[in-house]
Amino acid sequence: MLVVLDLVLLFSNMNNMKSGIRSELPHLLLSLFFVFLFIYYRYIIGKAETVNFIDLLWRVFVTGLLATIVSLAISFLFVLLGNNKISENALLINFFYHINLGLIAAFLISTFVVWKRLILYQKTRKLLLTWQVFEYSLMASILFNFLNFRLLDTSFIVLLVLLVVMGLILSFNLKWVAYLNFKQKWKSILLILLVILYLWYFLINLFNFSTKYVLVNDLLNNIFILALFGFIFLYAVISLLVILFNLPTSSVFEQKLEEVINFQRLSQSIQTGQNEDQVYDILLDSSVSAVFASAAWLELDPSAATPKNRKILFNLDELDCERVQATIEKSKLRLSVTDSIGQSNTSQFSGALKDSSFRSVLIMPLLVKGNETGRLVLLKDVADGFDKEMIDIIGTFVNQACVSIENFQLLNDALKNERYQEELKIAQRVQRSLLPDALDSNPDFDIIAFSEAADEVGGDYYDTYRISPTKIAVVIGDVSGKGTSAAFHMSQMKGIFHSLSQLDMGSKNFLIQANDALSRCLEKSSFITLSYFIIDSESRSVEFARAGHCPTLLYQAANNTADYFQNKGLGLGILRNENFSKYVFVNSFQYQAGDIVVLYTDGITEARNPSLEEFGVERLRKIVQDNHALEAKQIQEQIIQELYAHCGHNVLNDDYTVLVIKFK
Amino acid sequence: MLEIKKHTENEYLTLEIQGDIDASSSIHLDAAMEEALGQNPGAILIDASHLEYISSAGLGVFMSYIQELENKNISLVFYGMSEKVKNVFQILGLDQLLTITETAEDAKRIANEL
Repeated sequence: MLVVLDLVLLFSNMNNMKSGIRSELPHLLLSLFFVFLFIYYRYIIGKAETVNFIDLLWRVFVTGLLATIVSLAISFLFVLLGNNKISENALLINFFYHINLGLIAAFLISTFVVWKRLILYQKTRKLLLTWQVFEYSLMASILFNFLNFRLLDTSFIVLLVLLVVMGLILSFNLKWVAYLNFKQKWKSILLILLVILYLWYFLINLFNFSTKYVLVNDLLNNIFILALFGFIFLYAVISLLVILFNLPTSSVFEQKLEEVINFQRLSQSIQTGQNEDQVYDILLDSSVSAVFASAAWLELDPSAATPKNRKILFNLDELDCERVQATIEKSKLRLSVTDSIGQSNTSQFSGALKDSSFRSVLIMPLLVKGNETGRLVLLKDVADGFDKEMIDIIGTFVNQACVSIENFQLLNDALKNERYQEELKIAQRVQRSLLPDALDSNPDFDIIAFSEAADEVGGDYYDTYRISPTKIAVVIGDVSGKGTSAAFHMSQMKGIFHSLSQLDMGSKNFLIQANDALSRCLEKSSFITLSYFIIDSESRSVEFARAGHCPTLLYQAANNTADYFQNKGLGLGILRNENFSKYVFVNSFQYQAGDIVVLYTDGITEARNPSLEEFGVERLRKIVQDNHALEAKQIQEQIIQELYAHCGHNVLNDDYTVLVIKFK
Repeated sequence: MLEIKKHTENEYLTLEIQGDIDASSSIHLDAAMEEALGQNPGAILIDASHLEYISSAGLGVFMSYIQELENKNISLVFYGMSEKVKNVFQILGLDQLLTITETAEDAKRIANEL
């Protein structure tokens, strides 16, 4: 940049030497130089992404410092050569003057761009428009130089005043000042003072040149430069005064800003993956700094989701805390009539405190999902330390923290629910896998099963086991409860069924042994209902026992009737001692071709239609009675079809299983 | 949709059960039973005249207290049960372990005899 500057300057000087050739040329070059500087600084300073006011002012300061040093060096040179003839050399004087001029112009224009950034901070449309008018007027004033007016000409003065007035109006845009903190304000004051100093020095310098020497191109005749001088000076002075008067109130603004930031921290704490404890920490910190509390604590209720009665203390120890707590309780009783502010909630409290170290107290309850989960207690060592404003801001903080915690808990619940759903899916898969793919059968009967699980995992179970070539054990059962525990118990049942069946112990012993085994592993409130059958193809007989399971339906072809066996029985796991054997009753019957046994779970008989009418045992009996001629598979299909017809679109909320055996 | 009202008369603690006891509402029944046992009454009477439906989970709750009641020598008597509900108890065989009567008077009398 400086190379170009020098080139232009030199070129300009060369032209001065050959004066008389063209008087407009130096003006043109000077103007081009201004425009170049203007664009250059606009580009450089405009590039800064973040608005850091101190950096901007610092830049101005450095530019000014450089310009001043060079300018001082030149003055020094002049003093050195003071009496020398060389100093009379017009060319040399002009050369140095132009270097000065270039530096001053650079300083002025860079400062101008910085001022622009400051003025246009948080700009409005109107402000932007005014500024553009001002900027273009200034640009236009560069052209004005070509007219070669002299200082103190009327039109010159008029234009200058006009520009300066415009500058003055714009100078009252000082929003940036408010965003400086206390320290930054002091820095700004210092930097702006220096800028004013530079301005004053440059002006003096220019005047000196102007009065002492004959100059080819006097900058003081340049309306653009003068207007810039005026504007920069005005803005510097006004900013200085404004900053100065803002100094005492800056702490308030800082306080408010901090409150906003704290508020944001509270509200964003959940998104950033922090946990409840961190939210509480932030709440306590923010609240303490917002009201300048001398001590505080946050206590969390034990009844809430939090594990224990916890306290987060600030600036006081457990003993102090307990003492103050006792004092508060006393004061609260006495003062609740006069000082309590809680209209909507009574536990909010602010008032005086008679304590050795604290004089006033503010208590704010924490409400999560409508329940008081804790309270925030702020203490101050001065009386009446909490005004309405403070109570409001603390209220807002507490609310926000509670919202955050509420969201956090909701999120947790959602995750838990999702995990639960996932577990259910696994349990469902396990349950399905426990049911057999194919059932054992002998040539003298057909066996077919149908089972459907509800949305949740149920505990319907059926299975077969070939005891010998002619003996097959068949089981149907229902595990109480739902979900993963049901699937778990069902797998235990399957294990018991397979291990006991192979011992060929008969149905009574099977149930007694199964009850014994299950008594050791079932939960207290869980039980399993079961019917156990042994089909013997050799003797064409069925022996069975019922352990609390739905009565077995038997269709006998001989008398063409379907009916339920009304034998007694007790569910497995209900009576967990040897007395159980008293409740086991064994039935048996001989079967003939065309006889049908229908086993089912209560999901079938208890299935309700929209008007809550149950499917019932009679309906089931009638289906079998009416369809006895059909194949086992078709009877099963008929039962399910009628079940669906009965329930309509009512979603079945239980598992339902039906197993049909038809003898040949 | 389960409502349990508790009232005490002399040594009898009556739980009046209204509505359905399914898997989810059985938790409330369990809590009510726990509380009733905690009071150590002479007998716990269950007024089931407004019990519409009981699932296996609900039966499991009564079942799980049989041993404890026996240990504490507290008798448990049901009365006013509808046919439908009684059938559920019967199928499972619980009627053989629990005492089920028709009226409150019967229940009190039987509770004394037990």
